[in-house]
Amino acid sequence: MSRLESTWADSPGLLGALSTVDHKRIAIRYVVTSLVFFVLAGFLALVMRTQLARADNHLVGPDLYNQLFSMHGSAMMFLFAVPVMEAVALYLIPLMVGTRNVAFPRLNAYGYWLFLFGGLMSFTAFALDIGPEAGWFSYVPLAGPQYSPGKRTDFWAQLITFTEVAALIGAIQIIVTVFKMRAPGMTLSRLPMFAWAMLVTAFMIMFAMPSVMLASTFLITDRLVSTQFFNPAEGGDVLLWQHMFWFFGHPEVYIIFVPALGMISEILPAFARRRVVGYLGLVIALVSIAFLSFGLWVHHMFTTGLPPLGMSFFTVASIMIALPTGLQIFCWIATLATGERVRFATPILFVIGFFFIFIIGGMTGIMLGASTLDQQLHDSYFVVAHLHYVLIGGAVFPLFAGFHYWFPKITGRQLSETLGRWNFWLLFVGFNVAFFPMHILGLEGMPRRMYTYSAASGWEGLNLLSTLGALVIAASVLVFVCNVVVTLLRGARAADNPWGASGLEWATASPPPAYNFADIPVVRSRAPLWEENFPAATVVGLPDLVPTALVTRLHDAQPDHVALLPTPSPWPLLAAIATTVLFIGTIFSPWALIWGSVPVAITLIGWFWPSPDEARRHREIEIKPDEAEQRELAFGELSS
Amino acid sequence: MNHTALAPAGPFAERIVELFWLFGIVAAVVYLIVIGFLVYGLRGRREAEASAPVSPKTLRAIGAAVGLTGIVLVGLTISDFLGNRALAKVPADALHVRVTGHQWWWEIEYQDSIVARRVTTANQLALPLGRPVMLELGSGDVIHSFWVPSLQGKKDLLPGYTTTLALLASRAGDYTGECAEFCGYQHAHMSLDVAAVPPDEFARWLEAQRADAAEPATEAQRRGREIFLTSSCRACHAVQGTIAAARLGPDLTHVGSRPRIAAGALPNNLANMAAWIANPQAFKPGARMPATQLASDDLAALASWLGSLR
Amino acid sequence: MSTRTTLDVSRLPTYAFGHRSLMWWGTAGMIVIEGTLFAIGIVAYFYLRGIAQEWPLSAPPPDLLYGTLNTIILLLSGIPNQLAAKAGEREDLGSVRVWMLVCIVFAVAVQVVRIYEFGALNTHWSHNAYGSIVFALLTLHTVHLVTDFVDTVVLEVLMFTGPLTGRRFVDVCENAGYWWFVVAAWLPIYFTLYLVPRLF
Repeated sequence: MSRLESTWADSPGLLGALSTVDHKRIAIRYVVTSLVFFVLAGFLALVMRTQLARADNHLVGPDLYNQLFSMHGSAMMFLFAVPVMEAVALYLIPLMVGTRNVAFPRLNAYGYWLFLFGGLMSFTAFALDIGPEAGWFSYVPLAGPQYSPGKRTDFWAQLITFTEVAALIGAIQIIVTVFKMRAPGMTLSRLPMFAWAMLVTAFMIMFAMPSVMLASTFLITDRLVSTQFFNPAEGGDVLLWQHMFWFFGHPEVYIIFVPALGMISEILPAFARRRVVGYLGLVIALVSIAFLSFGLWVHHMFTTGLPPLGMSFFTVASIMIALPTGLQIFCWIATLATGERVRFATPILFVIGFFFIFIIGGMTGIMLGASTLDQQLHDSYFVVAHLHYVLIGGAVFPLFAGFHYWFPKITGRQLSETLGRWNFWLLFVGFNVAFFPMHILGLEGMPRRMYTYSAASGWEGLNLLSTLGALVIAASVLVFVCNVVVTLLRGARAADNPWGASGLEWATASPPPAYNFADIPVVRSRAPLWEENFPAATVVGLPDLVPTALVTRLHDAQPDHVALLPTPSPWPLLAAIATTVLFIGTIFSPWALIWGSVPVAITLIGWFWPSPDEARRHREIEIKPDEAEQRELAFGELSS
Repeated sequence: MNHTALAPAGPFAERIVELFWLFGIVAAVVYLIVIGFLVYGLRGRREAEASAPVSPKTLRAIGAAVGLTGIVLVGLTISDFLGNRALAKVPADALHVRVTGHQWWWEIEYQDSIVARRVTTANQLALPLGRPVMLELGSGDVIHSFWVPSLQGKKDLLPGYTTTLALLASRAGDYTGECAEFCGYQHAHMSLDVAAVPPDEFARWLEAQRADAAEPATEAQRRGREIFLTSSCRACHAVQGTIAAARLGPDLTHVGSRPRIAAGALPNNLANMAAWIANPQAFKPGARMPATQLASDDLAALASWLGSLR
Repeated sequence: MSTRTTLDVSRLPTYAFGHRSLMWWGTAGMIVIEGTLFAIGIVAYFYLRGIAQEWPLSAPPPDLLYGTLNTIILLLSGIPNQLAAKAGEREDLGSVRVWMLVCIVFAVAVQVVRIYEFGALNTHWSHNAYGSIVFALLTLHTVHLVTDFVDTVVLEVLMFTGPLTGRRFVDVCENAGYWWFVVAAWLPIYFTLYLVPRLF
């Protein structure tokens, strides 16, 4: 075993698994855990759809039904959609930008554990019949102390805390890794599209999530210690909740959607066998979408009686965000049209599915964004249809494309193409059968969140059809799970670059070694593996006595210094356990804030405190900033 | 039931559905064009080079597509804005009705400058054809939303606020409304019945609603009234013309004339009335009304009296 | 056989100060997140004030004394803070130890005065939305104050016990940077809590 291998190796067995700071191992866990929550939340939806298949059905009463839809929405949004996208990013970004790990490896581990514990808390509460029951956006006063007694809504609010802290941690990782750890020569104008998408997403996370964190804290304190933020009788305001929640909530859906756009911009060019058309336009579009997404939130409040001028502004913004989204779609079509004829395989099928489904969702989004039209459509099944078209079409389809595309890299095995096609077609057909009828149901006057409806309403036929579609969706997920299991057991071995793509992640083994690249390559273009004679140069001299990574300059990706990265440690797990006790304790008592902080402080100190062995090794290889020499890239102008 | 936004019974709902068709047709056309280009683009080119620069023709095509998209979006935005202006124009001479949302029923009060002429009812609205009705919406507990798709868009009922909504019916008929904001256990059973009738019929209805409760005509009904006044019913329900004046639950003065009871949970007939009173939780679990223990002939008498209150 | 050029990074430093370091960027990320949190809190204050008939609600404004005193102490604490940061950049262990100790004394003083500030708010979080938002803003800032204080103490202990490497001096600078944020974030909160009810 080379010294590089032994330096980067985890201890074997359980201790190694619990102490790892390998971004790939952590990310795989993150993805798998998110998918488990996805399946659980999907199962909740199946129960709801079974209840709604017949009029006046008695399978599920209102109390359980309210918990079902609240858990379904909360789990899908907070425990699946955002985490899975961040997790894929935490796996791919260091590989795509040509480095050995994320910027803060132990923090990465901590973020995962926090996410896991938050999800476990949530589903345990649900299993004990004290799950959230006021919907995934938990409007007050229904969710307040007077109308939601008990701890149910408090569990919801703390789920927010767990998952948003984890997401913020992921965001910092992505930004710092992309800004400061790119391979030499990878200037920002050569950054892979998925890295751009995640960079933009990470900034959105940083500005959006504080709003919901503060709002959910206000909700907990209203419920626990009698603050009056949302009580109109004491100067509070019910709409304050809506503003604070949706200021986060609208960017949230773009936080889910933008990574998917990045995935498409990676996968589609590989299949068209040409560089993506309109790189600059695509990047500008992503940034515009991020900015615009913060200016739309009031379209969730169009029926609250706001002043007309405000409604007009938010109508304009809500409709105009279709413009940068459209630019992306046109660039992709142009990439296909000017590339080679596409060889159909599962990843590109899911990408094509995205086009068919997401664009419908985008259209209904424009309808909902028009404040006048929204007066009829808001809070009806039309919205349920829309949100699933954009989330499943716009995020889940690209995600499945990404799974099938990067699975060989992650696991070293190729997923079955036959099962992949079954997966795709079942999902495509099942999805449309399940959700298209909901547009009609909304127009026919069916509001959201009804646990039952009468036969006289006329809604039964379409509801039954929708339920049949849901069953087909379930079948497609089952096929996916089977595909993964069978492939892991005895799938065909994958090459380093089975799709012939151009990104750096394909320049290393499948699966990659713990240290990602034996030699960090120097990058000369946006499509490194399609360069003649790649790699034209590689980095030598990175110390391998301890885990290290090269830190490069933000503006020109010139090498700047060497980062000494932390070694594996159980402290992040211990700190996450302490944090979990703090968070769950505050559901029951405000004093938990005080005594719960003590174990958190202790574990964080243990985490931060340097070990004498590690310090000794660092001092051995230490080169002070004033003693060093800058190394400019050794050769001349690099073509792009 | 008449509750589709696609069959408007008044000018406001008409303007909105026109917008829907405009947006919908534009959406369908644009969708077909974009998918068409996608399918065409999938054919690709025979000699394509991985790192070929993008031709100016391609960039111009993208630019044109974006430009066209922009124009279409601006057009749609303007049409929505114009629609909004149209909806804001409420003709004068509106009737005023205060609607208060509760978990899980609608309190309705027809306004009048003379307090004694005000009419209180529940879960039902009668509207005169051709005359606008201004609703003043408020909530007694959580957020609800008033939605009669045949006539208008919806408006939220927010504690701490008064919102307004204009209704104008131009086609006679019976329409159904729902609560459109999740408001707890029985959000699914918070429905109301709207009847749009000619103005003279409306005036007669309003006058009848103003009157005290009808006197019992049979012995059973008399006994029913006595049971009502001596059991827990009057702790929550009012019947004008008797000593029952509580406002915690729906006003029952003319409950017999309503098409449905329990905010749309049950059709209004004697059997349902009796069953509802005996055990509301069987039909509307979580409803605030407790079960009432009565002998079965007392229950029948009570139901028969309530049924006579037209 | 392709000739491959190599890029030799063996003489690069193993740590760096300022925006060259990963830690700086991590701290900057924290500042953005917490700064956004404060900004939204202040917006919530003005929102509640905007819908109120009178402001403050049923209470006199917070007493000026302790809040203003703390503002002065916080601003003064910038001096030892900056000196500690400079000492860190010079990797001057002796000066770092001294100036960080002075910072800790200042931080203790701020926390003690903060206790009196809470007592002088003239309202309670459960009285009304005004009381709630006032306590929320002050508590938010206090949480950052206390955690940065604990951070600083731990780092100072490390400066005495070791083990020390060059990177620990980067931590000293970043810790000082975060303290600047705690001071800077206080100014708009002070303005909002103490001056807005009096001036407007």
